[in-house]
Amino acid sequence: MADTAYNSGNAAQGGEAASGGIPQLDFSTFPNQIFWLVVSLAVVYLVLSRVALPRIAAVLADRQGAISKDIAAAEELKAKALAAEEAYNQALADARAQAQDIIAQTRGEIAAELADATAKADAQIAAKAKESEARIAEIRAGAVKNIEAVAKDATAELVTALGGPKPDAKTLKAAIAERMKG
Amino acid sequence: MASDVANSDQNKPASKGKPIAFVLLAIAAVLFILGLLDDYEGGFAIHPMDQFIVSPLFGDGPVHWYTPTNVTMWMALCILSIVALMVMGTGGRAIVPSRGQSIAELVYGFVRKMVEDVAGKDALPFFPYVLALFMFILFSNLLGLIPMSFTTTSHIAVTAILAAAVFLTVTVVGFVKNGTAFLGLFWVTSAPLALRPVLAVIELISYFVRPVSHSIRLAGNLMAGHAVLKVFAGFAGAMGAAAFAPIFGVVAIYGLEVLVSVIQAYVFTILTCVYLKDALHPHH
Repeated sequence: MADTAYNSGNAAQGGEAASGGIPQLDFSTFPNQIFWLVVSLAVVYLVLSRVALPRIAAVLADRQGAISKDIAAAEELKAKALAAEEAYNQALADARAQAQDIIAQTRGEIAAELADATAKADAQIAAKAKESEARIAEIRAGAVKNIEAVAKDATAELVTALGGPKPDAKTLKAAIAERMKG
Repeated sequence: MASDVANSDQNKPASKGKPIAFVLLAIAAVLFILGLLDDYEGGFAIHPMDQFIVSPLFGDGPVHWYTPTNVTMWMALCILSIVALMVMGTGGRAIVPSRGQSIAELVYGFVRKMVEDVAGKDALPFFPYVLALFMFILFSNLLGLIPMSFTTTSHIAVTAILAAAVFLTVTVVGFVKNGTAFLGLFWVTSAPLALRPVLAVIELISYFVRPVSHSIRLAGNLMAGHAVLKVFAGFAGAMGAAAFAPIFGVVAIYGLEVLVSVIQAYVFTILTCVYLKDALHPHH
């Protein structure tokens, strides 16, 4: 075995033209290749299955976890943002409603006050008017009385000036009252 | 020689912009000079298969099963690359990944999805195994594209063991999970009764041919690609100054080989998943 290996090894060294075969079919080198192949494959398998693959699997799982965690966090934040927006809208609507309330209330108050003031002013005006009417009546009455006096005097004067006797007060008064009626 | 001068002239503007481009051009220039120093006196002395020779790292002794050879070295480099990407690259354990971690996660997600989609959820315990196969084949293929390197997956011994391991796993898992019901894989109940024995023979043959095609597809693709690259490179060496066309060919085939490297790793892995599906769900 070792002998043939030696010989064909030499033949291979001497060049393929001499041996005629191709190196792939030089069976003396097969044990060597197979031995080193088995050793290499075992090493590759062990390195991959013990070190590389668990590591890569862990990295990929980590990445997957990180991505899904980030997505979950993003979703949570989105929900929070939506809630905040809703709260804001709610607050806005509340404030608006409150403002409407206040406006309505104020308007009512103002209207009531206005009505009050108007009523008061009306009452004052009415009172003043009555007072004025009374005074006017008074003045009128006064004026009528004055006119009677003036008319009596003037009539007496006229009658005496026209040469008649001094009229007595009773006839005079009756005559004037008669006239003023008509 | 003239092209060498032109090459070094091109280095100067590139060095200001991108250091990586400068390094690549420097490597190209060094390789070019090495190629000129190499003697090709014998005309077409192209040895496209020499790159596949398994030789000891130290001395010229025999290749025992334990001898450290170039196979050992390139498999070790493959392991180092995988460790660099999958362990050191993910060292940050960052939620927002670095570039290396992104690539490691991409490979992880890609293979995991493949296992889940093709073989089903109950195949996930086999995910580390499938990923180990994928990473090993992918990095071996890509490392093999470094000039002067050795492609471990271009050897039928290596791919046969990879395929045999898959075949054994699938067969054992199939019988352990399903018992004799696993034989239902060969008894196509959806076919007419008269056809079933014929189909059973065909299915049986196809089942046992699987590891063969599984392994030869990978090794054959890589071996052919690398041999063609070497042939074109040999032409370039032999043609001297008129080597423009073969160099262009080498560049084009190199691009194709990068594609093939990735696709073959993918094909091997997805076939593994398909076979696993058969083992877990043997009914058509």
